[in-house]
Amino acid sequence: MISAPVLEFATVGLGLLLLLIEAFATTLPRRTIAFAGILGLLAVFVATFFVATPPPNGGFWNFYTADPLALFFKRFAIITTILVLLMMIDYAPVVRAFVHGATTEAGVGEFYALPIFTCAGLMWMASAIDFIMIFVSLELVTVSFYVLVGFMRRNAASLEAGVKYLILSAVSTGFLVYGITWIFGVTGETNLARVASAVIAGVDRGPALFGMALVLVALGFKIAAVPFQIWVPDVYQGAPTPVTAFLSVGSKAAGFVVLLRVLAPFFMLPEVQRLLVGIAVLTLIYGNLAALPQNNLKRLLAYSSIAHAGYLLIGVVAFAGNAIAFYLVAYLLMTILSFAVLVVVSQTGGDSIENFDGLSRRSPFLAFAMLIAMASLAGVPFTAGFFGKFFVFDAAIRQHHIALAAIGVITVACGFYYYFKVVRAMYWEAPVANTAIPVSALTRVAMVALMIAIVVLGVYPTPVLNALR
Amino acid sequence: MLLFLILCPIVAAIVILAGAPARITAMCAATIELLAVIVLLVLFVGSSRNFEFVSSLPINSDWRLNFTLGVDGLSLLMVMLTALVLFAAIWFAGTIANRPNAFYACLLLIAAGALGAFLSLDLFFFYAFHELALIPTFLLIGIWGSGNRYAAAWKITIYLATGSFILLLGLILLYRSVPEAARTLDIRGLQTAARAGAIASGAQNNIFILLLIGFGILISLFPFHSWAPEAYASAPAPAAMLHAGVLKKFGLYGLLRVALPLLPDGAQHWSTLLIVLLLGNIIYVGLVTIAQKRLDWLLGYSSVMHMGYVFLGLAATNVIGTAGAAILMFAHGLSIALLFGIAGEVRRRTGTLVLGELGGLAKVMPFAGLVFGIATFAAIGLPGFANFSAEIMVFFGAFSRGADMQRFHMFQIATLLALWGVVISAVYMLRAYRAVFMGPLRATIAQSPLATPIPRLPVVLLVGFSLWVGFFPQRFVKLVAPSLKPAATLAQK
Repeated sequence: MISAPVLEFATVGLGLLLLLIEAFATTLPRRTIAFAGILGLLAVFVATFFVATPPPNGGFWNFYTADPLALFFKRFAIITTILVLLMMIDYAPVVRAFVHGATTEAGVGEFYALPIFTCAGLMWMASAIDFIMIFVSLELVTVSFYVLVGFMRRNAASLEAGVKYLILSAVSTGFLVYGITWIFGVTGETNLARVASAVIAGVDRGPALFGMALVLVALGFKIAAVPFQIWVPDVYQGAPTPVTAFLSVGSKAAGFVVLLRVLAPFFMLPEVQRLLVGIAVLTLIYGNLAALPQNNLKRLLAYSSIAHAGYLLIGVVAFAGNAIAFYLVAYLLMTILSFAVLVVVSQTGGDSIENFDGLSRRSPFLAFAMLIAMASLAGVPFTAGFFGKFFVFDAAIRQHHIALAAIGVITVACGFYYYFKVVRAMYWEAPVANTAIPVSALTRVAMVALMIAIVVLGVYPTPVLNALR
Repeated sequence: MLLFLILCPIVAAIVILAGAPARITAMCAATIELLAVIVLLVLFVGSSRNFEFVSSLPINSDWRLNFTLGVDGLSLLMVMLTALVLFAAIWFAGTIANRPNAFYACLLLIAAGALGAFLSLDLFFFYAFHELALIPTFLLIGIWGSGNRYAAAWKITIYLATGSFILLLGLILLYRSVPEAARTLDIRGLQTAARAGAIASGAQNNIFILLLIGFGILISLFPFHSWAPEAYASAPAPAAMLHAGVLKKFGLYGLLRVALPLLPDGAQHWSTLLIVLLLGNIIYVGLVTIAQKRLDWLLGYSSVMHMGYVFLGLAATNVIGTAGAAILMFAHGLSIALLFGIAGEVRRRTGTLVLGELGGLAKVMPFAGLVFGIATFAAIGLPGFANFSAEIMVFFGAFSRGADMQRFHMFQIATLLALWGVVISAVYMLRAYRAVFMGPLRATIAQSPLATPIPRLPVVLLVGFSLWVGFFPQRFVKLVAPSLKPAATLAQK
């Protein structure tokens, strides 16, 4: 049995070690660093199953918890990072083309090592139950993303994305700190449980709510909720594709965990409820409508990520932790799968949907993988995505948010249009080229695993639902 | 046994996608499927109102979600229809030039979705199987369709997806409206709860309208019907046969299986609206059908129109009306499949389906003319065909609902108006027959090369079943009545 924080220390240590290897073992093929990272993370993943039950509150444990929710999202972060690393191996040629250095492989090593620090931040965030801790772990995640988003420094789009992300993220961090200050000023506490009891005991409500609203702004930025979504399309499109996938899954999931934790003290307040319903409705409508005309798949997935934030927010309004956890797992599987296909296909042309024309002739395997991912994103039954929507809508109906569920249902129909646009390109249209698209064995295995997971969870969701017990 | 019925087409589809010879494998699968259904029909006892061959696999205990399969008279009838139409559709498909493997796999998957929906006793799987058929439909119309196929494929996909998710909302509300102790997704459990009066009347009204709109979009209930003619006109003939013949019946099956028995008060509450809408189907769409200038559009509209009669039987909510509706679903499935099949052959032979450009085809395609004529008579509802016995039950059922000898109520007036629909359908069907098969033969058609001969076996099967039901409806009424009785008695209270 090990103590929970050891997991994070091990992950940070792994990252540092890989950076050292990258710096000193100059002759080592860079790919080895990625494999070492994957193996190390797998070891940490196994270790999460042997975590000792934490002692009752006191000292360090006022900041940090290892409850089932935290452990669940630690595993979530690790799996996401492993899949992103796999994707990065496929993406390395593109990075190499845009990062010039003394050797041909300059920069690729850091590209593999940085996500591990992000992963440590995400794991820490899952355990944070104190505003200070939340702030620090959030910054660890964000700072490593600053570097990753702008990593391809000879590529104008990537640089632009990096600067946009940096500026807007810094602003949102400002909101977070300011909000925390207000809440601390009113309650005199930063620990979430004690903030909760202070709110229940009756503090001045106005300032507390104002602080909460400011915190919501910062978290809204993380999860890409409307009206804090402006950065999403450009940053997603400009960033290296594996980083986009990481942003879209890891950053969003962490945002939702923190949202669930932070909201708990304030949730009974009707003002917060109303605010959340409003944000959810806006996010659903904006994300789905704005995705309709997109012709660039990366941009389409950016808007789709906003739309999915809307469905997840329905779960937040209903305060259904289980439904959110399941939705996030489904979202992880289908989003990573679609980005993985995109990474492979885009190297033969570009990110636009036209580049997928006739993919079913060029590579039936990739087309089928994309079909599964798109069907799941749209919410076709017997895929994990359907169960995700099913649970979220059910949670809303249970809390009598019928109108919210109705809006969700109508926007799902929009989703069918823009996801099936990709299916149409792959299966209806004539191929853009007749060359076959090679897929490495490792990627193929990962894709098959993701496809199987999507279908199995679409029929048998119980393992994930029970994981939060 | 039942699992085999669902898995047979799925496995065949996978084998075909893996590279097996498409047409032969698909034909084998359809034949095996048909034989298995006949075996099921023989083994089926049908004396009680319980489901037979029930098997269950637990999925999630919190939700009381199980993968439960079972069959009763009503679902057996629908399964028979699916097997027959699948068999016919695959025979009619012939040689496909463009990616035949994917084509046959899509056909088989549509049938698998329909079979799964008809055989599931669990609301979740009932819903999920049907929606699974959306993707193959989208691909079939988009890849192998004709005419304005892109628009048609989008239209059907978005319409059906919207309908499905409205339906999902209704089903979740239904699930949540049952008290905690009795809450289940199992249709049998829900029926027990409904009989005990567990679903409040107000809730029933709200849920019923959601189900009516959701299922209604899937069935092309007026005014949600505009996807159907366009999709059927653009779809390749076998896809239109399967969709119009079988998959569309899912919505009606759902109303018979879920909405009427579980929500009798809701059905009562919305009966006026339903009557108005179904008259829209029969009269308005009927008149629109007369105006059609293309055979495929005409058949598409006619299939929309005939749904009105089925709705009339459902609205009657008595045993004779609902049994008539169930048998009409079967009968209509057979006749529309034949009509779309022959229309596909006509297109293959002549390259057009515009009524003004056809004529005299009976001279070059005598067998097609004969079959089309028979199917036309069946569709109009001439005595001797299944459609007649079903429609007359529907009319009797609807007319007798709330009848008193002093004056006519809503249902009697609706029945009288609906009877005019028979005349309307006679007008357009006979006109179509005359335009296509009678009159002078066009020179361009006479010179065009002979197409492949029309398959005889499936035609004989479909016509044979139609005649069997037409002359001996009692056997089939006995089959479906036990599963409809509880619904009817509850609604008549």
